[in-house]
Amino acid sequence: MQFDQILQYTLSGLSTGAIYALIGIGFSIIYNSTGIINFAQGEFVMLGGMLTLFFMGPLKLPLWAAIPCAVLISTLTGIVFERFAIRPLRQPTPINLVIITIGGSILMRGLAMLLWGKDTQSLPPFSGDEPIAIGGATILPQHIWILGITLVIIAINKLYFYHTISGKAMRACAYNRRAAGLVGIDVRRMVMFSFMISSAMGAVAGIIVAPLTMTAYDVGVMLGLKGFCAAIIGGMSSGAATVVGGLILGVLESLGAGLVSSGYKDAIAFIILLLILFIRPQGLFGKADSERV
Amino acid sequence: MKKELLKFLVFLVIVMAAPLAFKGGYLLNVLVFVGINTMLAIALNLLLGYAGQISLGHAGFFGLGAYLSGIMTATYGWNPWLVMPLAALIVGILAFMIGFPVLKLKGHYLAMATLGLGIIIYIVFNETVDLTGGPSGLSGIPNLTIAGTTFDTDLKNYYLIWSFTSVIVFLAVNLARSRVGRALRAIHDSEVAAQVLGVNARIIKIQIFALSAAISSLAGSLYAHTMTFISPASFGFNFSVELLTMVVIGGLGSIYGSFFGAVLLTLLPEFLREAQDYDIVIYGALLMAMVMFMPGGLVRGIPALFNRFIKPAGKGNGHA
Repeated sequence: MQFDQILQYTLSGLSTGAIYALIGIGFSIIYNSTGIINFAQGEFVMLGGMLTLFFMGPLKLPLWAAIPCAVLISTLTGIVFERFAIRPLRQPTPINLVIITIGGSILMRGLAMLLWGKDTQSLPPFSGDEPIAIGGATILPQHIWILGITLVIIAINKLYFYHTISGKAMRACAYNRRAAGLVGIDVRRMVMFSFMISSAMGAVAGIIVAPLTMTAYDVGVMLGLKGFCAAIIGGMSSGAATVVGGLILGVLESLGAGLVSSGYKDAIAFIILLLILFIRPQGLFGKADSERV
Repeated sequence: MKKELLKFLVFLVIVMAAPLAFKGGYLLNVLVFVGINTMLAIALNLLLGYAGQISLGHAGFFGLGAYLSGIMTATYGWNPWLVMPLAALIVGILAFMIGFPVLKLKGHYLAMATLGLGIIIYIVFNETVDLTGGPSGLSGIPNLTIAGTTFDTDLKNYYLIWSFTSVIVFLAVNLARSRVGRALRAIHDSEVAAQVLGVNARIIKIQIFALSAAISSLAGSLYAHTMTFISPASFGFNFSVELLTMVVIGGLGSIYGSFFGAVLLTLLPEFLREAQDYDIVIYGALLMAMVMFMPGGLVRGIPALFNRFIKPAGKGNGHA
């Protein structure tokens, strides 16, 4: 009985963890190429879910067509945000960058609220909601979708960063932006790519989680922060470490909510976040000066 | 020095005379909140504008002050005037202790850590239902009294709050011009250089963090006693962002700027009452626009515009 419960919580924790991992990788990609923590990251997650609903509802597109449209619009939003808010900044000090990304985040949230209202809505699951029994626990088909899509995205990411010219150029920027510029890499374009990739990943995360947890104009704050927490556990790596970070966070949260108290579920992520920042700011697995990307 | 004193006197006259212009009425009630927000904005500005250390968790310290005062007076019947400084002291000490690990972090990481801290405090307000009443709030907090006078009308509260606010403004202006203020600005510009010059950057940052939290707690206590009802919704992340917006709009490192920022942002929603939901959009747009086009805030930006367009001869750089 007890074991079945733990298995159940672990399984559902893994799928939320996968979402945190996707969002966290989005944070890391931007951080590594620009040194910016994009406080608006969570809003792309919100946009993904809300735009899919919008394309399916008022525009009556089927799910399979609504999803790419939503990802596309979110990605464009990310590009616009970088091009017209981040890049023209005359004094890109950390404080100004924090303030402008927070400003962008509440602007997007506010616009979403005006456009689509305050109601919490849910997407239909991608393939039914017949529970699947695993051992003594059950999971939903959507959980499998989440894990599968996350795996595919991480694989594509890996291919991109290690086997394409522009991916390698982005890694070069992450190591040393100045040197990357000196060997002829267009650093500005790489910065724009990083915003593009991470807003697209955020949007996908928002779409695949929406059938499980519902979505609303304000889901971006919490999801964004937890994604950041995953990235911090992983030492701001955009690879396996952040994925593991996300999964650890998801499982701990799910176990904590199920076995201890559901009210404090959200606090768990932030306590972990503070502990890691205080004790191991380089991440759980990192050496003090570890490889990032 | 004389110029500073003059500025303060002008401020004092405006503040004391303002109620005459609004004989009672709803706006007077709003002005009470302007006073509380001014205190909070100054507290945050001491940290952000002078020392250059961001905090996205100040709503949490504000809430701690409010709840400490609320619980000790409403539930346990303690004297409000005793609880208020006690709460400020407790919150100050708490911030001092948290400050050691938190202020080791810089920039983005500091922002995230203080944000996390604020949200944890907010969750505790919501979950400790026995103590705080949880999401439905805590009511029955007594009004303050001095020598038989109970502060139960908007006008009385106005003078009560603004007396505190004026003292805070006066102290903050003096602090900013003191040795400590110069040390803080040095840390803001370059922490390493400040340390080389013999400023103990680590301790002084923690001290200003604690002071800032204590002022926020005081504002929280006053808020609890004027509202007589508090609920966690007033102390969430959105309010921390609102405070940040006040400080940024007014101008980082300008005490009177924080006053203008608080006036503007507190009155704005009142004028947008029909279009209620627009305020969040406007905060976002304002924050972005200020950082992009007027990074010095209104107190520096407006004189700069004035110099550029109206007075082409443009001498003097309009520092506030």
